[in-house]
Amino acid sequence: MEVKEKKTKEAKQGVLKRIAGPVVTAVNLDAHMYDVVKVGKEELMGEVIKIQGENVIIQVYEDTSGIRPGEPVSNTGLSLAAELGPGLLTSIYDGIQRPLAVLVDKMGNFIERGVSAPGLSHEKKWTFKPIAKVGQTVEPGTIIGEVQETNIVHKIMIPPNAKAGKVKVIRSGDFTVDETVCVLEDGREFPMIQRWPVRVPRPVKEKKNPTIPLITGQRILDGLFPIAKGGTAAIPGPFGSGKTVTQQQLAKWSDAEIVVYIGCGERGNEMTEVLTEFPHLEDPKSGKPLMERTVLIANTSNMPVAAREASVYTGITIAEYFRDMGYDVSLMADSTSRWAEAMREISSRLEEMPGEEGYPAYLAARLSEFYERAGLVTSLNGDPGSVSVIGAVSPPGGDFSEPVTQNTLRIVKVFWALDAKLSQRRHFPAINWLNSYSLYLEALQGYYDKEVSPEWNKIRSWAMEVLQKEAELQEIVQLVGSDALPEAEQVTIEVARMIREIFLQQNAYDSVDTFCDMTKQYDMMKAIKLFADLAYAAQLAGVSPAQINAVKSKGELPQIKFIKDYKPELAKIEKQMDTEFSALRSAA
Amino acid sequence: MKEYRTINKIAGPLVFVEKTEPVAYGELVNIVLFDGTIKRGQVLDTSDELVVVQIFETTTGIGKDSGVRFTGETIKMPVGREMLGRILSGGGKPIDGGPEIVPEKRLDITGAAINPYARGMPADFIQTGISTIDGTNTLVRGQKLPIFSGAGLPHNNVALQIARQAKVPGSTESFAVVFAAMGITKEEANYFMQDFERTGALERAVVFLNLADDPAVERIITPRLALTTAEYLAFELGMHVLVILTDMTNYCEALRQIGAAREEVPGRRGYPGYMYTDLACIYERAGMIKGQKGSVTQIPILTMPGDDITHPIPDLTGYITEGQIVVNRELHRKGIYPPINVLPSLSRLMNLGIGKGHTREDHKKVSDQMYAGYAEGNDLRGLVAIVGKDALSERDRLLLEFADLFENRFVRQGYDEDRSIEDTLNLGWDLLSTLPVEQLTRIDRDLINKYHPKFKAGAKKV
Ligand SMILES: Nc1ncnc2c1ncn2[C@@H]1O[C@H](COP(=O)(O)OP(=O)(O)OP(=O)(O)O)[C@@H](O)[C@H]1O
Ligand SMILES: [Mg+2]
Repeated sequence: MEVKEKKTKEAKQGVLKRIAGPVVTAVNLDAHMYDVVKVGKEELMGEVIKIQGENVIIQVYEDTSGIRPGEPVSNTGLSLAAELGPGLLTSIYDGIQRPLAVLVDKMGNFIERGVSAPGLSHEKKWTFKPIAKVGQTVEPGTIIGEVQETNIVHKIMIPPNAKAGKVKVIRSGDFTVDETVCVLEDGREFPMIQRWPVRVPRPVKEKKNPTIPLITGQRILDGLFPIAKGGTAAIPGPFGSGKTVTQQQLAKWSDAEIVVYIGCGERGNEMTEVLTEFPHLEDPKSGKPLMERTVLIANTSNMPVAAREASVYTGITIAEYFRDMGYDVSLMADSTSRWAEAMREISSRLEEMPGEEGYPAYLAARLSEFYERAGLVTSLNGDPGSVSVIGAVSPPGGDFSEPVTQNTLRIVKVFWALDAKLSQRRHFPAINWLNSYSLYLEALQGYYDKEVSPEWNKIRSWAMEVLQKEAELQEIVQLVGSDALPEAEQVTIEVARMIREIFLQQNAYDSVDTFCDMTKQYDMMKAIKLFADLAYAAQLAGVSPAQINAVKSKGELPQIKFIKDYKPELAKIEKQMDTEFSALRSAA
Repeated sequence: MKEYRTINKIAGPLVFVEKTEPVAYGELVNIVLFDGTIKRGQVLDTSDELVVVQIFETTTGIGKDSGVRFTGETIKMPVGREMLGRILSGGGKPIDGGPEIVPEKRLDITGAAINPYARGMPADFIQTGISTIDGTNTLVRGQKLPIFSGAGLPHNNVALQIARQAKVPGSTESFAVVFAAMGITKEEANYFMQDFERTGALERAVVFLNLADDPAVERIITPRLALTTAEYLAFELGMHVLVILTDMTNYCEALRQIGAAREEVPGRRGYPGYMYTDLACIYERAGMIKGQKGSVTQIPILTMPGDDITHPIPDLTGYITEGQIVVNRELHRKGIYPPINVLPSLSRLMNLGIGKGHTREDHKKVSDQMYAGYAEGNDLRGLVAIVGKDALSERDRLLLEFADLFENRFVRQGYDEDRSIEDTLNLGWDLLSTLPVEQLTRIDRDLINKYHPKFKAGAKKV
C-alpha cells in the first residue's frame, strides 16, 4: 500500500519519544485516530492508535529495531486505505497490501523494511471498455466501464463516497489505473483506481437474507452443514485438525466467483503451497485456472504483528469491492485467533485494562464488526452480490471455551467443529457431526428441493438420525460390546459406519475425491440408504448381522469415491446389492 | 564509545539505565563490571528518560557503579565456513579450545522473514530409516518437524538416529547439522557429542551449547545464533542443513522469566502473550528458497510438562510447526523403541514428499489405512478390558491383533536399524494383509492388486 501525502494540510513533523517493539510514542504531532504516519528516518509505515495528552501512540507495520528517540515522525493525514482497481486478481499481498512479488524485486528473498510498494501497478495499462454514455447520470456504484482482467471482468465503478453527476466524457482504450477514464459535467475526473479506508465497511443499498448455498464440493459441508452465499462460518479446532486444509478446499472448489484468502499469522509454506498449486488447478465449472479468481494476503506468523492486525481489514475491503461489482465472493481468514492475538499484543503494549485471558475488552466488538461485513446484498448500483466469510479459529489447547471461539460462535451462523479425536484416526475432514451445526438449513431447503432432489432434505435428516442413534448405541457398546446389542441395532451401527466412512470421509489429496458435486453426493447417500433398507428388511427376515456385513457389494461401495464417472459402477453395485440380499432373504 | 554510569534499577535479567543519548531499539549493549568483565544485553525499551536492557547472562556483579556502553548496532553473529566442526557456547563463543572464528560475514541474529513469494515448496523426501516417520509421518527438506516428548523418554536417541540416518535417496548434495542445546545437562550434551564423534558427524556440524548451569537468559539468543548460522550455510553456501534445537521447553521458561521481570500481563500459565509470535520467529526460519540450492530443516525437541500436549509450549509449537512426532510413555514402558505414537503424530508436508516420483504410489493410502486400523484396534483395547476378548466380533478381533502387530513390527525397530522406504511400505502391506481385504476401504483396488501380498502375484484379483 502506498500512501500519498495529502497536500491540503501542512504536515507538521513530530518527534519520536519512546520505542518499545511495534508500539512507539511520538510528541509534537498533529494527529487523528487511525491516521497513517511515517516513522523514523527510514519512514516506516505506522498508524495512530491512541492519543493521550501530548503523546501520540503509533503501531508500526515494520520491525522497529535500530530506531531511536529523537527521529522524526510525519503524518500523511490519510487513513489506512486499500488500492482497488485492475491488478488485484492473482496478486499476493502482505497485511498492508504491499505486493510480495514487488518486494522480492525491491529487497530480495527476505522481507527487510522501509520499502513501500503500491498495491496496484501504476504503470501497467489496461484496456478500458466504456459502458456509461455521455449525458448519463452516474451515481455511487454505477458501473462506467469494464476491464478484462483475467478471465474475470473487472467492473469500473463510481466510488461509493462520490456524488452523482452527468457524464461529459467517457474514454475508451488503454490506460493506467491513474489516468482519467471518465469526466463529469461538473469537472470531476475519475480514474479506474479507488482508495478505500480498510476499517470502514463499503456501503450497500440493502442487506438480504441468504437463500442459496455456497456449494463447496465437500460432502460433510454441503450435505450436512451448508453455508449460504453471503453467510458466515467458523471452523475452530486444535492444531493439526484440518482448518487450513478445509479453508484451502473451499478456496479451490467453492462456487464463488472471487476468492480472497487471508493467511493471517500462519505458516509461510502454506502460502507458498497455494501459490504453487492454484495456477495448475482448474475451476470445475469454468475450466479456468483457479488463480485467476484469487487474491491472496499473506502476513505470516513471523511478519510484524501490527500488519497482521491490518491484514483482515485489507482482505475484507477487497472482498467488498468485488461484491460491489455484483460478484459472489468468498473470504477465508486463517486464522482469526492470530488476528485476535495481534490485537491483544498491541493492547497490552498500550497498557490497556485487559479483559478475559488478556484480550482487550473490545475483542467481541471487533469480531462482530468483521463478520457483519459478510452478507448477501443489493449493491449501490442495484446488482446482487455477496461476501461469504469463513474464519478459522485456533483455540489454545483445543479448548472451545476460550474467548475467541466463544465470541465468534455468538456471531456466525455455521459452526464446523473440528475434533482432534477424528483427525488422529485420520477421519478427514475431521468435522464432528454431532457438535457442528448450520443455521441456514431451513433457508436453503428450497434450493435443494429444486436443484438437487425433492428427496434430498429427507435423506439428509435420515443420515443425521442414524449418526445420532449410533452415538447413543456406542455408549452401550463401550460397556457391553456390540454383540450384545439387538440385531436391528447392530445393523444401525453398520449403516452409521458406512455413512461415516463412505460419505463423511473425503480425501482432499485424492484427485477425484477432492471435489464431489451435489449429484454425486446425493447418489452416494442414496446408495447407502438402499443398503440400509435392504439390510433392515433382511434382518427382519432372519438374516444375521454377520451375514449382512459380509455382503460383497458393500465392500465395493467406497470405491465410488475415487471414480470420476461413477454412475455405471454405482448402478452395478446397487444391482449386485439387490441380488445378494434377495439370495440372503430366500436362504433365511 | 561513551560509557554511562547511570544504572538506576536492576530486576531479574533487566537493567534500567537513565539519561542516555538516544539509544536504538534492539541495540546491543555491553555492561562493564568493576573488574573489566563485559556482559552483553539488548535494548527492550528506549525513551528520552529511560532505557531498559535485557542482559543475556547472569546479572551477578552488575551494580550501580557498572559502566554501560551502547554499541550502536543490533546483535550480529560472525559466520563463516570454518564454523563446521566447531563447538560454541550458547552465546556463540568457541569453547572447544580452538581459535576464534574468522568471520566471512556478520549477520543480524533476528533474521528477517522469508518472503512467502520467494519460498520454494518443500518436496524432497528425507529418508530417516525410521518406519513411523518415513511411512506414516514423512519428513521433507525444509520442514519444521518437532519431537514432542516427556521427561525421561528417549527423544535424544530418536533425534540422533534421525541425524545419523537422514538422507535424500539418490542425492549426494552436501549437508550439515547445526545443533543447539538450551539448558540440557552436561551428561545429555556428552551423549550427543559422543554420538557425533562416533559417527564422524561432528566434522559437518556446528554445535552451540547452553547447558543447565549456564545463564538461563542466554537461551533466548542460542537458537537465534544457531539459525543464523544455518541460514548462512544453507542460503549462502548452498548446503542442506538439519537444525536440532533441544530443549525448547527451557527456552520458553527463559522467555517467561523475562516477561515476569518486565512485569508484563502474563498469558496462559504465566507465559507471555507474545510467545506464539516469538516461537514463530524461530520455527519459521526453516524452508527453501525458489531458485536456490540449500535448505533449512528443523527438528526442535521439547519435553511436555506433565506429558500434557495441551500445555502452552507444545500447543503453541504445534500451531506453528508442520506437524509433530510424539514420543509416548506407554510405548516406552512396553519396551518399544522408538516409542513413537503415530496417532497424535503428524507430518503436514508429507503429501508433498511422497507418492509417485518421490517414494511410491501406494504410500499415502497404505499410511492412511494403517492409521485407521491402528486407531480402531487401539480403541478396542479399552473395550476388551471390560467385556473380554470373547465378546468381540471377528472384525474387531482382527483389528485388535493388528494394533499389537503394528506396535511390535512396524513401530519397534533397532537404534541402528536403517529401513529403506521400500522395506517400510512392504512391511505395512504385510501387516494390512492380516485384515480382510474388504476392510481396506481407503485403498483403491488397483493398488491392492499391485501391492497386496495375497493379490500381487497376479493369480487372484479383487
Ligand atoms: N480433508 C482432508 N483430507 C486429507 N487430509 C486432511 C484433510 N484435512 C486435514 N488433513 C490432514 O491434516 C493435516 C493438518 O491439517 P491442517 O494443516 O489443515 O490443520 P490446521 O487445523 O490448520 O492446524 P494449525 O492450526 O496448526 O494450522 C494436513 O496436513 C493433512 O495431512
Ligand atoms: Mg492451519
